[in-house]
Amino acid sequence: MPRIGVFVCWCGSNIGGVLDCPELARVAGSFPGVVFSTDYKYVCSDPGQNLIVESIRKHGLDRVVVASCSPRLHEETFRQALRRAGLNPYFLEMANLREHCSWVHPDAQEAAQRKAIDLVRRAVAKAALLEPLSPGRIPVIKRCLVIGGGIAGIQAALDVADAGLEVLLVEREPTIGGNMVKLDKTFPTLDCSACISTPKMVAVAQHPGIKLYTYAEVEEVSGYIGNFKVRIRQKARYVDHSKCTGCGTCWTKCPTSVPDEFNMGLGERAAIYIPFPQAVPNKPVIDAAHCRQLIKGKCGICAKHCPAEAIDYKQRDEVFEVEVGAIVVATGFGLFQWEKVYGEYGYGRYPDVITGLAFERLVNAAGPTGGKIQRPSDGKEPKTVVFIQCVGSRDEAKGKEYCSRVCCMYTAKHAHQVLEKIPGAQVYVFYIDVRTFGKGYEEFYRRVQDEGAVYIRGRVSKVYQDGTKLIVRGADTLLGEPVEIAADMVVLATGVVPSAGAQDVARMIGVSVDKDGFFQEAHPKLRPVETHTGGIFLAGACQGPKDIPDTVSQASGAGGKVCALLLKDELETSPMVARVNEALCTGCLACREVCPYRAIQAVTITERLPGQPPRERVVARVTEGLCQGCGSCTVACRAGAVDLKGFTNEQLLAEVDALCL
Amino acid sequence: MRIGYYPGCSLQSSAREYDLAARLVARHLGVQLVDIPDWNCCGASAAHSTDPFLAVALPARNLVLASEMGLDITVPCAACYHRLRMAQRELAHDRDLGRKVAEVLGRPYRGTVRIYSLLETITGIGLEQLAAQIVRPLKGLRVACYYGCLLVRPPGIGCDDPENPESMDRLIETTKAETVSWGYKNECCGGALVFGAREAAFRLARDILRNATGAGAHAIVCACPLCQSNLDLRQGQVNKMFGTNFAVPIFYFPQLLGLAMGLNPRDLGLTTHFVDPQRALKVVGG
Repeated sequence: MPRIGVFVCWCGSNIGGVLDCPELARVAGSFPGVVFSTDYKYVCSDPGQNLIVESIRKHGLDRVVVASCSPRLHEETFRQALRRAGLNPYFLEMANLREHCSWVHPDAQEAAQRKAIDLVRRAVAKAALLEPLSPGRIPVIKRCLVIGGGIAGIQAALDVADAGLEVLLVEREPTIGGNMVKLDKTFPTLDCSACISTPKMVAVAQHPGIKLYTYAEVEEVSGYIGNFKVRIRQKARYVDHSKCTGCGTCWTKCPTSVPDEFNMGLGERAAIYIPFPQAVPNKPVIDAAHCRQLIKGKCGICAKHCPAEAIDYKQRDEVFEVEVGAIVVATGFGLFQWEKVYGEYGYGRYPDVITGLAFERLVNAAGPTGGKIQRPSDGKEPKTVVFIQCVGSRDEAKGKEYCSRVCCMYTAKHAHQVLEKIPGAQVYVFYIDVRTFGKGYEEFYRRVQDEGAVYIRGRVSKVYQDGTKLIVRGADTLLGEPVEIAADMVVLATGVVPSAGAQDVARMIGVSVDKDGFFQEAHPKLRPVETHTGGIFLAGACQGPKDIPDTVSQASGAGGKVCALLLKDELETSPMVARVNEALCTGCLACREVCPYRAIQAVTITERLPGQPPRERVVARVTEGLCQGCGSCTVACRAGAVDLKGFTNEQLLAEVDALCL
Repeated sequence: MRIGYYPGCSLQSSAREYDLAARLVARHLGVQLVDIPDWNCCGASAAHSTDPFLAVALPARNLVLASEMGLDITVPCAACYHRLRMAQRELAHDRDLGRKVAEVLGRPYRGTVRIYSLLETITGIGLEQLAAQIVRPLKGLRVACYYGCLLVRPPGIGCDDPENPESMDRLIETTKAETVSWGYKNECCGGALVFGAREAAFRLARDILRNATGAGAHAIVCACPLCQSNLDLRQGQVNKMFGTNFAVPIFYFPQLLGLAMGLNPRDLGLTTHFVDPQRALKVVGG
């Protein structure tokens, strides 16, 4: 018979103000197996924990029930107390009297007291059946994969590599740099975005600890924390980068020109190209979809002119596998596809209605116009520019409820740039609310207003072309009047959405996404860089819209988490994982179907029964490193062969009996 | 094809030429329009602004009549179309309302009738099939297709994209007339404001006329009796008020379609417009 001790916590007046704790302790003393019970003001406090330790020693307790708050808060605290008393820490069971009882029933004290007694009886019944558990140990591969080479991926890679760990940085575009390197200046300090990001790009390329794979994609991820297997596809570049010197002859000779993605379609590039002059690596790739040689087999001009003979039209994709211990997902953001839903702004029919990111390229000295703000339609300098905020943000009618966080500030910066570069320019900004939460942001917004930007509170209901002008019609909701502005250019503060393909990445690595498709962090406040899958961390706008300071902070946070993980030689795994009783398992693998963590595998075992020849059969087996202890498999198992350690079928049924019989 | 026809009050009075053209073109295209017997007013403008129940009950009666005939219905007037669709939606979302309506009507409301605008019914025949009927191409005529508000709004009720409707443009293009791209195709014509706030309504009408002509249109094509009357009947008054000299004929889309299909202009009601369409039609040898 186990010797159970029950400790009822008052939690000050949180529990003690509603429940009669001494009475509860007295009743608990009569439950089977309970040899000691008491109450205390704050069991989690130092003297409270000592009370547990001393009682264990004095009364020879071998199971402990703490009736206090949620196990989410203090289960680990009390387990440590058991450990200090020399008891297996998993001999602890908690009854949640606070969140499940006193807080929710303050007006029904008598009924609450009865419920509390039931909760404690349940915990005691389970405690009697607890088994000692001990964590497993798994080795750690000291290498980190970073998916995405924007500023978040770059920062995480540098931080991890600086700690002396090996990093693989995989980027699907031909260069790293992401969205940040497209920007002209950064708010609110107005320092040049390329000037602060290109040195970091170069640092990545030159870092001895970082292996850079551009124009490559992660195709498959398997394994678990500390031991991931990753398959990477290096897309064919058709240029041998070991020979190429990046001289640039090929792209000046290439006869094909296609809209330039890097310049948001405002300029053109060749079929063999580097995205921009400071690209890393600074060597071209051939865009197979547009190359004449690759499509029609006729052309070959770049190969003819290449002095290094680096062009190789026969190059194929290469697929290789690597093992890593941790993964940082930094897939960044894309722009809301406003052309599909904003009919009132013309569905993208008017060339002079552009996105904020296109404006960045337009105003960028390295952009298609050399930094002159010109209308895409006729190349004229716009005199009246209208900015519309919250296009694809805070607009339920368009399916996006959230705030994209960066648009207020980049629009203020754009307004400043128009007023600075175009003498006599008129700038109007339509807004819903102006949100300037960061350091120096509000000051910047004020400055832009002082410079002459006119802020109008209201949504724009319609933009249409009238001759060479764009007529912008909206409402000034502060004046309560309709407004009509004849503009030369309209810039939409297009919202931030997850980068294209982020859903596929999520599925591939087995992490969840939120309702808007951003990667789901493990806890919105306290675990913002972790995912629910151990060993996979998040950095930057893939987790939610972020400005550069926040992105870099989170990336460094993820880097720190990776270091903390990979600098260990071995990992302790939670012992509360599923276990398959192979003797009962029929091999139906229903458990594998429901497992959200892909922690269940089919294995073939050889069974030797007395008097029969050995026979082989398939059974399910849990990979403990992957199992998160959710218990789905135990429900799916028809044979009752799967048990979750710490929550076994027997233990749960004992609880049900205690409550219902 | 047989389909229930709900002309609405306007088509019996100020918009008789819309009715004439609609029936003639439909017959020519093999669409049998079956009048809903004993139909009543849809409740537009008067009922729905004063009594929310009447606003649903009036159109509901027409829907019940149509369902008793076992036919879907097509509606030429944009305001009628809007009221019928709105009533159907409200009844679909509110069971109590359905019960009350059935009680008042003394017959059950089932909500099975599909409601189409005449524009949808005609374009639904197929643009290629329509193009095959064109014997007198309107080459050289440039028109602004004008949808107004009630035909396309609100989203989910209207019969085309509320911000950039294009079905009428595609339809008129089968006649070889050119359609212009303009910003006012879904603006309000002023509607019934003419009676209460003349200047506001005339200003709206003026802006539509100005934008259409600014875009190079010889004429405006519409699918709503109220739009047509505000732009046609009131064009002289608009000119007087603002000192303008617009002479823009305002057609109903079946009129232009009928003309291109070789039907008699008089039978299509083309002689009863306030702004004489002759000058515009001269470019196509009308």
